[in-house]
Amino acid sequence: WAEAGQRGGARVVLPGEELLLPESAGPNAEGSAEQMLRLGSIVRPRARVVCGPGLRRCGDRLLVTKCGRLRHKEPGGGGGGGVYWVDSQQKRYVPVKGDHVIGIVTAKSGDLFKVDVGGSEPASLSYLAFEGATKRNRPNVQVGDLIYGQFVVANKDMEPEMVCIDSNGRANGMGVIGQDGLLFKVTLGLIRKLLAPECEIIQEIGKLYPLEIVFGMNGRIWVKARTIQQTLILANVLEACEHMTTEQRKQIFSRLSES
Amino acid sequence: MAGSWERLDGRQTYDYRNIRISFGADYGCCVVELGKTRVLGQVSCELVSPKLSRATEGILFFNLELSQMAAPAFEPGRQSDLLVKLNRLLERCLRNSKCIDTESLCVVAGEKVWQIRVDLHLLNHDGNIIDAASIAAIVALCHFRRPDVSVQGDEITLYALEERDPVPLSIHHMPICISFAFFQQGTYLLVDPSEREERVMDGLLVIAMNKHREICTIQSSGGIMLLQDQVLRCSKIAGVKVAEITELIQKALENDRRVRKEGGKFGFAESIANQRITAFKMEKAPVDTSDVEEKAEEIIAEADPPSEAVSKPVLWTPGTAQIGEGIESSWGDLEEEEEGDDGGSDEVTILDSVKMETEDQNVGNHMGDDTPIVLSDSEEDEIIILEPGENPKKTRVQANSQQGKVSSKKAIRKKKKQPAD
Repeated sequence: WAEAGQRGGARVVLPGEELLLPESAGPNAEGSAEQMLRLGSIVRPRARVVCGPGLRRCGDRLLVTKCGRLRHKEPGGGGGGGVYWVDSQQKRYVPVKGDHVIGIVTAKSGDLFKVDVGGSEPASLSYLAFEGATKRNRPNVQVGDLIYGQFVVANKDMEPEMVCIDSNGRANGMGVIGQDGLLFKVTLGLIRKLLAPECEIIQEIGKLYPLEIVFGMNGRIWVKARTIQQTLILANVLEACEHMTTEQRKQIFSRLSES
Repeated sequence: MAGSWERLDGRQTYDYRNIRISFGADYGCCVVELGKTRVLGQVSCELVSPKLSRATEGILFFNLELSQMAAPAFEPGRQSDLLVKLNRLLERCLRNSKCIDTESLCVVAGEKVWQIRVDLHLLNHDGNIIDAASIAAIVALCHFRRPDVSVQGDEITLYALEERDPVPLSIHHMPICISFAFFQQGTYLLVDPSEREERVMDGLLVIAMNKHREICTIQSSGGIMLLQDQVLRCSKIAGVKVAEITELIQKALENDRRVRKEGGKFGFAESIANQRITAFKMEKAPVDTSDVEEKAEEIIAEADPPSEAVSKPVLWTPGTAQIGEGIESSWGDLEEEEEGDDGGSDEVTILDSVKMETEDQNVGNHMGDDTPIVLSDSEEDEIIILEPGENPKKTRVQANSQQGKVSSKKAIRKKKKQPAD
């Protein structure tokens, strides 16, 4: 959920609030600045609004389910009324369809792998869900391996299912993550921040050392640099990025790049 | 990990994580943070009938609970093995060592004795629960005050807190558990394992000792075979660590006592900075970089969210701030020699206004004094400079606030000397 394109709103919402949005033009305007967002009723002239994480549709109202800041992204082109979501911070991951995550293979039973993704249940991964995998040509996945994949099924009623190929059948970077390196956990908000386009942290890190890095939306980061020491430095720096201000971070990076 | 062996957070083999002790408003309530592992301890007392077999002794009851917020693996009813093991170890450490004088808890022999109950709650699990829990238990016990009782003939008078000051427990010594994690069948040893290190360790050796170097409890789990000299070496290391931790505890208790006596503000609310929403602050991880000088400077730069929160100032009104518990470091004299040049002037002026309120023994000149004056919080900061290549048994017990910066600068100087030699 990119920060780009967001309206500069520092509106903090709490769970249980009904969403009031500025109604640009509506039959009931009467000069009132805000009006309850009604879905599917009179607002046919208004375009479709997408509600993202933290918002839930309840009948014809929008309710907030997480505490945080309300964000809005203007519609890209043409239709749509933009996207609204709540920027919140948490460490516990809840599987969401389409998310790319890093999982750890915990069990191998027949043709199914059980992958721990940090949620309440381990996700299942079929051995055929790898690029070029057939019944004869099984992928080389052992218990304890790291897997980068995405969810195809993730709802609160079933165990999540993940795959390591995209809809075209290509791996696209997914699959088993290589040897060595270090996996560590950060908060979900930090991951989203790091994955936002034009993230400075990533650019600065890239200038420091040559490295391989994989971000999982479940709060896991895998990083590998040439030496163990560099890997540890990167891991600690990324963990600390959560708490540092921009100046502190720039200081650290400049010091590291000097050495 | 072939070749070099490093800890994930950059510590050395015998390094402890930062220990932070803060007290609540009530007597007997404390929170101990060992790195990110957090334990809350609460002591309470009650008059009960004694056990029949021990009619003249009070009763001690210890209870450690692993809260579900401590780790995702902790669910109600699922953690019994670990829980039993920790509780048993804690009981042996504190009860069998007779650190509390139970005879003094007797009010009327055979009829009324004090039952002291220590409740420990694990709030966050980042490794080494037993150490943090034992520190929390002993700190809470030392901090606790029970109501005063007087016996006249058959009459027992229990004084309320307003009538007579409560009385501290009689504590003979302070046993503290030190954990050693072994890897690769006893080849490698780490002190104070973090959670990830605990997961991959082969075995654990816990030695409970007091500062008089008396071993109170020793337990080896994991089934590793340890050699005799390994165990002896561990006990020596434990002796050193316990001495440092005991000093830290004494200073924390002393600070809190002084604050309460002077009528300053105390309690958890004071030890958490205002206007900060931080459940966790990032400790200054000594990230090891290739250049040793860098290493020290990074320790300075990699600070907590607001860098001034390193000293955790609490802004009461504009111009008045308080760091920690509102008391002044009794090390004012010692700190004169530890001159740091980063005693920011803004911090000095803030400190000045607080000094007006609190008694000022040591720090003489106020304005214009750029010696870093640290109002340390509840635990005193003790910095022991790690000399690389020398005695590895020293440790940085607490790197906090100015002293952290100061000592790091000192470390720079010292370390600069080494390559030149």
